Amino acid sequence: MQKVHIPRDMLAKALGADDVAAAIADEAKARKINIQIIRNSSRGLAWLEPFVEVESPKGRLGYGGVKVADVKALFDANFLSGGEHKLATGLVEDIPFLKKQERLTFARAGITDPVSLADYLAHGGFAGLKKALAMSGAEIVKEVTESGLRGRGGAGFPTGIKWKTVHDAKAAQKYVCCNADEGDSGTFADRMVMEGDPFMLIEGMTIAGLAAGATKGYIYCRSEYPFAIDTLNEAIAIATAAGWLGENIQHTDKSFSLEVRRGAGAYICGEETAMLESIEGKRGMVRAKPPIPALEGLFGQPTIINNVLSFCAVPFILAKGAKAYADYGMGRSRGTMPFQLGGNLNQGGIVEKAFGITLRELVEDFGGGPYMGKPLRAVQVGGPLGAYLSADELDIKMDYETLAAAGAMLGHGGIVVFDASVDMSAQARFAMEFCAVESCGKCTPCRIGSTRGVEVIDKIVKGENREANAILLEDLCVTMTDGSLCAMGGLTPMPVMSAFRKFPEDFGLPKQKKLAAE
Amino acid sequence: MPKISFAEFDSAHAAPVAEICLAHGNKPDHLLEILHDVQGKLGHVPQEVLPIIAKALNLSRAEVHGVVTFYHDYHQHPTGKHVIKICRAEACQSAGGFAVIAALEKATGTKLGETSADGRFTLEAVYCLGLCPMGPAALIDGKPVAAIKPKKVDALVKELA
Repeated sequence: MQKVHIPRDMLAKALGADDVAAAIADEAKARKINIQIIRNSSRGLAWLEPFVEVESPKGRLGYGGVKVADVKALFDANFLSGGEHKLATGLVEDIPFLKKQERLTFARAGITDPVSLADYLAHGGFAGLKKALAMSGAEIVKEVTESGLRGRGGAGFPTGIKWKTVHDAKAAQKYVCCNADEGDSGTFADRMVMEGDPFMLIEGMTIAGLAAGATKGYIYCRSEYPFAIDTLNEAIAIATAAGWLGENIQHTDKSFSLEVRRGAGAYICGEETAMLESIEGKRGMVRAKPPIPALEGLFGQPTIINNVLSFCAVPFILAKGAKAYADYGMGRSRGTMPFQLGGNLNQGGIVEKAFGITLRELVEDFGGGPYMGKPLRAVQVGGPLGAYLSADELDIKMDYETLAAAGAMLGHGGIVVFDASVDMSAQARFAMEFCAVESCGKCTPCRIGSTRGVEVIDKIVKGENREANAILLEDLCVTMTDGSLCAMGGLTPMPVMSAFRKFPEDFGLPKQKKLAAE
Repeated sequence: MPKISFAEFDSAHAAPVAEICLAHGNKPDHLLEILHDVQGKLGHVPQEVLPIIAKALNLSRAEVHGVVTFYHDYHQHPTGKHVIKICRAEACQSAGGFAVIAALEKATGTKLGETSADGRFTLEAVYCLGLCPMGPAALIDGKPVAAIKPKKVDALVKELA
């Protein structure tokens, strides 16, 4: 029986994958052809969704951008046997966008059925956990530390050190929390992992639980990802029934249970202490640090908090060893990063590469530049709190330190491209407006500064006391950066000031020849 | 678990809401989940259910009110028949998101954050659905839609009506 693979990913659905799957099933029935439709995960080649794949002796063959109206023609072209058609991409593994990648976290993307435990096991799943079950907590922590893994959520804090802190803490109950609420604009790798490879997150969190001696974990997932929540719940039930979660995992004396908690549309809950408050059923108000959550986190107990991609890097590290992971990357940025190409690009999607790739390679070689032919003008790297880079900064290397030295940040690895039609004063204003909408209100620089920021930018653009207000905006941004309790208010000045300094002409100020030194 | 009496509440919602709370073990840390479930059942979270939830979870009414008003997801008033959540974040902006929002406001006769006078549409802003390579994106009655073009908006809205 010929197998037909159609992604069940939210983006594929948003472009009509469910209807295409139904149409293919109907057409096969009408033609009395026996097929099996598998709703697998997505390859992360967004512009090709819905991406239909069929099996051949040489490997999977793809048909990209399939619409219901194409289905009859595809059958006429005998696509089930790889027939020629204008949507045919040939061998999927040979598509340059995919072939040039170094996929560790996304190794199974597009290949397996997300909720098939058999698929997961057949593709290397739970190999890391099996090893971890035979190790002590301290040994696991050592392995993760040696891999050089750093938090993929923005701050880049060494994961091993965080885990060691929780491991060393004395408490009757410890927790592991996955921050799946870091849904920065332009980032979607978390969503794709949770929808496409949920067992990998379960495995990574369980290993964290073994490392720290925590028996209970929570995945706090933003409500904007409804399919991720459903898939996680389904996968947790399957893993628990099969003895990969719960009491006495795989007949050992180790236990770990997991629960998914839905967010409720508050961006601030991606801040780790606000997230803890939210899991406890409260308003997502940021906590002052110290105490750090590793010592006093969820319900006041020692808690490992990592984001989705950090946990998902762990199974590979345990299975293949710290060195295998650390062999990728540059400087102090070890391993790979799933970069996420979004916005105005011909070819958006997931590009997992070792650290050190340049922004130009990502947006031009992989992304194919802005669509509709207008030149690229700005790129925002690292989500809504990340800096805007101009077209002449594209040769920057993508790693934590290089970006920080350029006044930018890697954040979550989201890359949003804008073409020449963008008004950068509007983007700066939006950053302040977004901060005003999403601020938890606990500290003054963020709560009031953001609203004042919108007003000052409006005045500058209108030409009211332009020079004086420009100084005021700089001053306000310094106050927010230095005086805010968390990254929300503390980093909002990053997109604002990068837009303001690099694109002053959009604010009615004279164009600068060279960037002013910091 | 000791039985809690809800007899003092003169509300048709008392029994179903108390039942939802009980399904969550009357645990205060489940408040967000409980509110999601209440909204799923009633369509919104009316003021009259707050003291019921507060009693079940042994919280103050102010604490429950504080949570309901903090999170964007919870509606304190009935929504329109169709809820359209449209992304306002950067990636969708770069793909012409604001033009789509303007077209949606025109087609539904309502503004972002409001419900149309005829009660047919509620238009809401969301900040990222994770469909960033193929914006602008929206969730229409829970169904994701991507790569929306302004000129296609009329047809999208007509399909709902």
